[in-house]
Amino acid sequence: MEPSPRTATSNPPVAASATAANLTERDLVRRSASTVPPPARQLEPVAKLIDVSKCIGCKACQSACVEWNDTKPALETNTGIYENPHDLTPDMFTLMRFSEWENPQTGNLEWLIRKDGCMHCEDPGCLKACPAPGAIVQYSNGIVDFIHENCIGCGYCIKGCPFNIPRISKVDHTAYKCTLCSDRVAVGQGPACAKACPTHAITFGTKEDMKKLADSRIEDLKSRGFENAGLYDPPGVGGTHVMYVLHHNDKPAIYSGLPEDPKVSPVVNAWKGMAKYVGFAAMGLAAAAGMLHSAFAGPNRVTREDEEKAEDLVKEKI
Amino acid sequence: MATTSIEKEDAIHPGKPVVVDRYNLGARINHWITAVSLILLALSGLAFFHPSLFFLTGLFGGGQSARVLHPWIGVVLFFSFAGLFIRFWRANLPEQSDREWLAHANDAIAGNEEKLPEAGRYNPIQKFNFWCMSLLIIALILTGLAIWDQYFYEWTTIPQKRVAVLVHSLAAVLLICIWIVHVYAVIWARGTLRAMTRGSVTGGWAWRHHRRWLKELAERRRFKKPATPAE
Repeated sequence: MEPSPRTATSNPPVAASATAANLTERDLVRRSASTVPPPARQLEPVAKLIDVSKCIGCKACQSACVEWNDTKPALETNTGIYENPHDLTPDMFTLMRFSEWENPQTGNLEWLIRKDGCMHCEDPGCLKACPAPGAIVQYSNGIVDFIHENCIGCGYCIKGCPFNIPRISKVDHTAYKCTLCSDRVAVGQGPACAKACPTHAITFGTKEDMKKLADSRIEDLKSRGFENAGLYDPPGVGGTHVMYVLHHNDKPAIYSGLPEDPKVSPVVNAWKGMAKYVGFAAMGLAAAAGMLHSAFAGPNRVTREDEEKAEDLVKEKI
Repeated sequence: MATTSIEKEDAIHPGKPVVVDRYNLGARINHWITAVSLILLALSGLAFFHPSLFFLTGLFGGGQSARVLHPWIGVVLFFSFAGLFIRFWRANLPEQSDREWLAHANDAIAGNEEKLPEAGRYNPIQKFNFWCMSLLIIALILTGLAIWDQYFYEWTTIPQKRVAVLVHSLAAVLLICIWIVHVYAVIWARGTLRAMTRGSVTGGWAWRHHRRWLKELAERRRFKKPATPAE
């Protein structure tokens, strides 16, 4: 067995010779609209930790993301806000969202900056909703990735996602989002955004290490008066592989609408669960009723007598 | 006395056997465009409905093209069905005698039509199917627009799209069930299909299944010259 990908550090030295990708089809734990054999090995779960309290809003992460993924976000117009572009797009997988919040306890104006992007849910709603076999996959290290050659561009992932993340490209009509730099992780590197972050607000490593790091950060924040500081790793989606340290973890919504208790919508669950069984049962019953009726009642034929009756009626009236 | 159940194309050709015009060429073309689009929609839609049927996208040139085509075929179906609706809605209005007919629905299903009140151009089960199809197609086009992200993404919110996609799938299932009933009834009641191919039925078929319609036609002297016998 090959060793697990090296994932515990964001900025390991790059090997002099090319490293073979070590994140393959055999590492899939979920594949949309299909099943996968149980993986032969379990990779160490990874996570990106975004410490909102350390972020200075420089957007180096966005630049690094654009650079690494070679995307070309369209130039937009300044409308007086800091977000640039104004939303996630098929060419911008991560976005700094800025909000100004007046703390009622201290009277301070707090500038809350959150790096938005795919959370890499343990229970991914996008994957659940996807109808195209293999268009969305989840690796055993927790990364949820879109496989563009299998994507049909239907937008079901958008309906499944509790965080409003996927965007459909108008160019190739497939869905795009943060890959957690799965191609970098596969060769032992951390995500481009983490590598670029000048304040280490973004760190990457095993999920366990990231939780420990978060604990020390939360302790520090609490000692400095942020009594509600905490880790955002929402259990409603089974936890996420992108986590936030929030100074106000009791109010995630103040961070540009971060959901309080995200979970896959019950409507999506009904559509992907009950509707399928009920649907097949109903169509099957209708077809079976037809066959049974045909077997027991036989065809309903027009008789010679019917024809004569009609001829008599017509003769009488003509 | 219902006077609404006769369409202007309906006419009796006296002879042996009697032949009754039921659907003119326009109605038949209109019907078959609707039928073909409904079948294509069911095939492509079922492919998105369940992974085990995703292979059906192969009929449309793959997943991407099935995704592109499905809503456009839906638009064709909507307008085509609207044409049928305009043609047939009057003859499908419920009437007093339908109540009694439905009280004898067992006899209808058993094929004992002599025990039933005489039906007009459509019997109550046909009317039920007609109105179900109409309502379901309206539901499908509205929810379909809500999930046609390529052009109408901005029109609805994501929570609305979730409801739309659920309603769309359930409405489609119901429509397929209604369609199964419709197709089965045509096969069961022999001599029905020719109404939508040649446009006419025999006098005996009309006498057996839609006697009041036939009587009304005769009453109003809606006769055409007998079909010229083959040379």
